[in-house]
Amino acid sequence: MSMIDTLSHTAGARRELIAFRIGDQEFCVDIMQVREIRGWTACTPLPRTPSYMKGVINLRGAVLPIVDLGARLGLATTEPTARHVIMVVSVGGRTLGLLVEAVSDIINMSDDMVQPTPDVACDQVKTFVKGLFAIDGRMVSLISLDRVLPETEAEAA
Amino acid sequence: MSKTVLTIDDSRTMREMLNHALVQAGYTVIQAVDGIEGLEVLKANGADVVITDINMPRLDGFGVIEGVRANPDHRATPILVLTTESDAAKKERARAAGATGWIVKPFNPVKLVEAVRRVAA
Amino acid sequence: MDPFESIKQTFFQECDELLTDAEQGLLAMEAGDADGETINAVFRAVHSVKGGAGAFGLEDLIRFAHVFETVMDDLRSGKMELTDEVAKTLLRAFDVLADHVAAARDGGAVDEGRSAPILSEMKALIGGEGLDDDDLGGDEDFGFVPMTVAIEGDDAPAFDPPAMDEAPAAFEPMADLAPEPASGARAWRIGFAPKSEMYAKANESGLVLRELARLGEMDVKLDADALPPLDQLSAETAYLHWTVLLTTEADEATIREVFEFVEDDCVLTIEPVDGQAAPPPPSSDLSDDALAAASADAPLDIAALLARVSGEAPTAETAPEPEPVAASEPAADLDVAALIAKAQAPIAPAAPAPKAEPIAKVAPSAGSSQAITPTATIRVDLDRVDRLINAVGELVIQQAMLSQQVMESGLARSSNVALGLEDLELLTREIQDSVMAIRAQPVKSVFQRMPRLAREVADMTGKRVKLVMEGEGTEVDKTVIERLTDPITHMLRNAIDHGLEDPEGRIAAGKPAEGVVRLRALHRGGRIVIELQDDGRGINRPRVRGIAVERGLIAEDAVLSDEEIDNLIFQPGFSTAETISDISGRGVGMDVVRRSIQGLGGRITISSEPGKGSKFTMSLPLTLAVLDGMVVTAAEQTLVAPLSAIIESLTPRAEDVHFVGGKDAVIRIRETFVPLIDVGVALGFRETALPPGQGVAVLVESEGGGKAALLVEAIQGQRQVVIKSLEANYQQIDGIAAATILGDGRVALILDVDALVTTQHRRKPAPRAEKRMAG
Repeated sequence: MSMIDTLSHTAGARRELIAFRIGDQEFCVDIMQVREIRGWTACTPLPRTPSYMKGVINLRGAVLPIVDLGARLGLATTEPTARHVIMVVSVGGRTLGLLVEAVSDIINMSDDMVQPTPDVACDQVKTFVKGLFAIDGRMVSLISLDRVLPETEAEAA
Repeated sequence: MSKTVLTIDDSRTMREMLNHALVQAGYTVIQAVDGIEGLEVLKANGADVVITDINMPRLDGFGVIEGVRANPDHRATPILVLTTESDAAKKERARAAGATGWIVKPFNPVKLVEAVRRVAA
Repeated sequence: MDPFESIKQTFFQECDELLTDAEQGLLAMEAGDADGETINAVFRAVHSVKGGAGAFGLEDLIRFAHVFETVMDDLRSGKMELTDEVAKTLLRAFDVLADHVAAARDGGAVDEGRSAPILSEMKALIGGEGLDDDDLGGDEDFGFVPMTVAIEGDDAPAFDPPAMDEAPAAFEPMADLAPEPASGARAWRIGFAPKSEMYAKANESGLVLRELARLGEMDVKLDADALPPLDQLSAETAYLHWTVLLTTEADEATIREVFEFVEDDCVLTIEPVDGQAAPPPPSSDLSDDALAAASADAPLDIAALLARVSGEAPTAETAPEPEPVAASEPAADLDVAALIAKAQAPIAPAAPAPKAEPIAKVAPSAGSSQAITPTATIRVDLDRVDRLINAVGELVIQQAMLSQQVMESGLARSSNVALGLEDLELLTREIQDSVMAIRAQPVKSVFQRMPRLAREVADMTGKRVKLVMEGEGTEVDKTVIERLTDPITHMLRNAIDHGLEDPEGRIAAGKPAEGVVRLRALHRGGRIVIELQDDGRGINRPRVRGIAVERGLIAEDAVLSDEEIDNLIFQPGFSTAETISDISGRGVGMDVVRRSIQGLGGRITISSEPGKGSKFTMSLPLTLAVLDGMVVTAAEQTLVAPLSAIIESLTPRAEDVHFVGGKDAVIRIRETFVPLIDVGVALGFRETALPPGQGVAVLVESEGGGKAALLVEAIQGQRQVVIKSLEANYQQIDGIAAATILGDGRVALILDVDALVTTQHRRKPAPRAEKRMAG
C-alpha cells in the first residue's frame, strides 16, 4: 500500500488541490472543479466587458469565456504567452477558463491546515481568498471561484 | 403462456384502450391498423383471439372476418367485432360472415375482458 | 401518467389527425370530388372521433359527431346527393366539430349559438330518419350510455379511470359475479342445444359452459342421444346438447348474457326450478356424466373436444382430426366413449398448446403495457435530437478545421490524406443533412389550419374565396415551423380582407365572384420559400403613396419605383385599410409580419399588378440552428452580420458622410440619410471611428424597421454559420446576438443588428428580455 493511497483514502476532510502561479504568488483551487488544463490560445475579445475578461475561445464547440485570474484578483494584468495555461474549471454549472502562469503542484491537504485570511488583505482578495496555508515553506492561497465571473444583471437583480 | 389477442383498429385511441385493458388482464396484445395488416399479422404471428373494428381503410372488418374464416389455419380462431349499439345491422352482417361475438363501443374494460374470455379457450 | 389521461391525450392527438383528414376530404368534396373513398374517409374520421368521444363520455362532441356521421353515412350510401350546398354545410359543420374537439380538450363548451344552427341544418339534410331531438339526446340510441351493459352492482362509466386504477379487482369481475351460495340463490334449468352455425363462428360450447360455471354451483348433463352411428356422423353437424342445473344469485338476464354470442345459433331455454333452494346436484349424475368437471373451476376440455367432434376443426393437440370421422373409412381410433372416458380423467390445463414457434414480435404481456404496433416510427426526446444536431455541428467545424490545417501543411491534393479528408467531408455533410432531416417537418401542420381561417375571414368580410395549397409536404426545421403560423395567418387574413374584392366588385371587374388565394411552399437555394398569391385588386399605388406621405414615411416629392411603393406597406404603422378591421387589424399591419419573418432570419417581398392581384414571397432559413451571415472585419475583429438584415453594402464617399450635432454621423444613400454606425466604436473595441471615406458601409434594417449603415473595415464574404449561445457559459452582451465558430476554429461574434441600430437611435442600451438567435 503506497503512501499516496493511504493519504487519499483517509479522512473526508482531506482533499486534493491544484496549485498554480500568478506572478510570484501561489494559489490553489479544489481539484474537483478543474476539468482540464490547456495551453494558451488567442481569444476573441468580447465588447464592453471588464478588463479581466480576456474574451472567448472555442473549446470543442463550446464558447468558453476566459478570465485573467491575476487581473481578477487585483494583481497585474497578464500578458499571455505560449507558456501560459488555461485551467478549464466548472463553476455553478458554467464552464470557464482561467488564465494563469503555470500549474505548479497537486497538493494533498486537510482542512485543518488552512488559516483564515489575515485582515490586512484588500477587499478584492478577501472576495476570492478563502484561506492560506503553508506547504514546504511556501504560502499558498486557497481561492473560491464562485464569483469569478462578472455579476450578470439577472444575478444582481 | 398468456394468450395472444390481435386487435385491428385504425383508431390509435381505440387500440390503446384495448391494449391497456387486455394487457392488464394478462393477455399479450398485437396490434394492426387496418384489415390488410391485420390479416398479415395474423398469418405471421397467429393469435388466440382477433378483435376487429368494422370501419377501416383498405379492408374493413367484414373483410377481416371473411379472410380469417377462409384460412384453414384460422377457421376456428374466435373473432370479436367492435360495434356500436346503433349498428345492429352491421353486427348481424358480421355474425353472418362468421364473427364469434361482439364488443359494444364504448366498452368497459371488464366487459371487454369478459367477452374475450367467453370466446378464448 | 394515469393511463386514462394518457389515452385521452392520445385521443386528442388522434383527433387532430382525423380532423385534418376529414377537412382534406371535405375540401375535395367541395371541389367536386364525389369519389366513394373520399366520402368514406371523411365518414371514418368522424366515426373515429365519435368513437373515442364515447369512451370518454364527451357528450356534446358525441352528439355533434353523431349527426355529422349520419350525414356522411347517407352520402356514402347514396341516400343523399353531394351538392355544393351540402359540401359547404359540411365544411362549416366541420369547423364546429373542430371547436367541439377543442372544447372537450380544453374543458370549455362550444357556443350553442354556433353549434345549434349547423346541427339543425345537418338534421334537415338527413330529415325523416328518426333523428329527432329526442333520439339525438337519448343515450340508448347512441349506445353511449356510460356503460353499455351494466354489471351487477357496478355502474362505473365506460373506461372509467378508477376502474383502471383498481385494476386487479376491476379485471377480476367474476369475483363479484360468482357469489357465495347465499340466501338469494335460486336454481335454474338451462337447456343448451348448439346448432352447427355456432361452431362455424368459432364459438365453443365448453367455453360457454365454463362461463356459466362462474355464476354459481352447476351440474351439467350431456345429452348425446342425437349422436348418430359413426358411419352417419357428419363433421358439419352439431349433435350434442346439454342440460344445466345452475344454482346462482344471478338473474335470468345475467345468465342469458353468457349466451349472448350464441343465442341465435342454439336452442336455449332458461327456466327457474320450482322451490327457492336449489337441490344439491345428484351425485349419481355426476359420476356418470362426462361433463361433471364443468361444475368445478377446471375447464371443460371434453366439451371442447366434443364440440369439435360435432363439427369443428381442432385447435388443441388432444383432439384427433375430425375429418376422418366423416370420411368413408370410419377411424378405428375414434371412440366417443373413449373420449368421454378420457375427459373424466384429471382435466388438462385450459391453456391451449403453446405455439410451436414463439414469435419474436409478440412481446410478453405480463407487467407491460406495451404492445407491438407494426409501424416504423420511434419517439425520441427533442433534447436528444438537439444534442445530436449540436454534436454534428461540431463535427462539421472540426472537419473544416482539419482540412484547412492539412492544406496549410503543404500536403499534395492527391495525397491519400487529402483524398481521405475529401471523403470525410462528403460523409460529414451527409450526416449533417440526415440529422437535420430528423427534426424537419412538413409545413402541413401549419398549412392545415389555413382553410378554416380562410372560410372564417371570408364569412366575416363577405368575400368568397377558394384557398389552394401546394407543397404542404415541404419540410423545414421544427424550430422554424413553430414560428411560421403567425406570419402566414396574418398574410392570409390580409390577402382576403384587403387583397380580394367583394363578389360584386369582382364581377364588375370581369372576374369570377370567388377569389382564389394560393398558398405555396417550396425549397429554393437552401431556403424555404412561402408564397401567398391572390387574384384580387392588387396594390393601389397612388393610395399607398398618399398614405405614406400623409404619415411622413416618405417625402412628398420622393421618387419611388413601383416596387418601392409596394413595399411601403411593410413600414411600421402603415395600414391600407381605412379602418383597422377585426380581421387584419388588431392594430398591427404588415410591418409585424415582416418583423417576425426577419426574426427568423427571413425576408419578405411583395410583387403586385393592379387589378390582377398581389404575391407575397417569404424566404426563410431551413433551420434556426444555422444562420446565413456576412463575415466582416471591424477593429481587427472578425464579426458576422445576419444576412437577413442586410440590404446592401457600399463604399461610402467622404462627401456623403455628414455629422449631425458635430458627432453623430449620417450617410446619404441616394435620397435618404441614415445613421452611420462604426461597429468597432459601437462595440467599444476602439475609440475613434474610421475616417470618412474609408471602410465599407453595410446598409442594414432592424426588425423595428429602422435603417442604419454599419461601417466596417472590410467584408470577408458570406458564409453559413452554426449559432452558438454565449449565455451558456457567460452572459448576454449588448450588441451581440450569439457566437459562432469559423473554419479556423476561432470564435466569431454575431452582431445583434437590432440592438446596434436601436442603441444608436436611443443612445442607451435597450433592455431586452431574450435574445433572438442565441440558442
